[in-house]
Amino acid sequence: MTEHIVIVGGGTGGTVLANDLAGRLDDEIDAGDVRVTLINDDPDHVYKPVWLYVPFGQREPADGRRPLDELVDDRVDLRIDRVTEIDTDAKRLRLQGSPRSVGYDYLTVATGSTLAPEEIPGLAEGGHNFYSESGATELREELLSFTEGTLVLSVVGTPHMCPAAPLEFVFMADSWFRERGLREDVDIVYTYPIQRVHGNPNIGEWARPLMDERDIQVETFFNAESVDPEEQTLTSMEGTEVDYDLLVDIPPHSGVDLIEEAGLGDGWVDVDKHTLEAEAAEDVYALGDTADTGVPNAGSVAHYQAGVVGQRLASEVRGQPPTAVYDGKTLCFIETGMDAASFVEFDYENPPSPAPPSEKLHWSKLAYNESYWLTARGLL
Amino acid sequence: MTDTDVEYDETVDARGAACPGPLMDLIGKMRDVDSGTVVRLQSDNDQSLTDVPEWVDEAGNELVAVEEGDEHNEFYVEKA
Repeated sequence: MTEHIVIVGGGTGGTVLANDLAGRLDDEIDAGDVRVTLINDDPDHVYKPVWLYVPFGQREPADGRRPLDELVDDRVDLRIDRVTEIDTDAKRLRLQGSPRSVGYDYLTVATGSTLAPEEIPGLAEGGHNFYSESGATELREELLSFTEGTLVLSVVGTPHMCPAAPLEFVFMADSWFRERGLREDVDIVYTYPIQRVHGNPNIGEWARPLMDERDIQVETFFNAESVDPEEQTLTSMEGTEVDYDLLVDIPPHSGVDLIEEAGLGDGWVDVDKHTLEAEAAEDVYALGDTADTGVPNAGSVAHYQAGVVGQRLASEVRGQPPTAVYDGKTLCFIETGMDAASFVEFDYENPPSPAPPSEKLHWSKLAYNESYWLTARGLL
Repeated sequence: MTDTDVEYDETVDARGAACPGPLMDLIGKMRDVDSGTVVRLQSDNDQSLTDVPEWVDEAGNELVAVEEGDEHNEFYVEKA
């Protein structure tokens, strides 16, 4: 009997996992003992880190898109459709574009994060963000005509994708305006919800002096409650108000309704943070942003977790006890300007220790961005 | 853990969450509730013992009580 492994979501986690399984289980797939299906609602795979560079005119959104059918191994059944229901008791999925449901023996949910700016009144109208293709291109237009005034970067929602990106954005903006001779006419303000500038204390302690050196103003304990696009003000739950001429926000994030409706979690799947198995259902895994593990929502996390889930699923279909576990490994480059970057690596047990910023690390980050497609293919 | 007679309206169970998860979960809940609502936050992260009182003070809410237990701590916060 053929064992059917279904992956929902073709972002970094889902795509790497599909290719990992195609390689790891090639004999079983060729023999007809295992079938792997990847379901995604977009024919393209999107590499979101490219969007950080779009507002500064260094990349185009198209640089972060590739057709999934070019990235996914031919041994994987690729279906472009939207999953509308997960029934973990019957082990079946319903699809928007097909009257026939899809059965599974093992399911991995990798549906990622969605943006929810509507949670904060006025945010969608008053703010710009680089967390979507359209947002990044609109922000580029705003930045190109912004020659004086106050630029506010407000981290409204946490957790959010790529926790380092807000810091990277203000460091890059500082550098970009300096290079253009405009920095003295532009104030940069950074707001963060808790008492430091980043959720991770080590990264926060590292970043704060750099921000002070560069005259990036900081407002901590700032949880944006509303935005007034007419008055161009941002008001916090703590009762403070910040005026802006250009507001760049990290909007609140949410998971997909599908997960809550399936009883797997409140938009994020409740999982064992080592095995990545869902707590509420048998034979269901989650990875990347979708898995509620407490680690950063970062592509490297999804990448490493995909390897763990791949090993565990291979063991399962071979009737062996799965032994691979995820140790919280996270790896991030952090841009500290237009020509320098830092680097951190950490896990559940070992905190990050950011490397001194260097040009070499900046080029390493750009080189990784270019070679990312090898990661998606499961080669790197 | 000592028994408490603090009455509360909502509970946020952030046990197992790494810092700053418990505080952010509390802030998320405080966004949704009305003035006068008492929220109980459960956290097993020791950092919450400093994070939560600092934020409550900053936001002008009231920390009604803190109960320190062997396995987790409980914070009772009333929205101003």
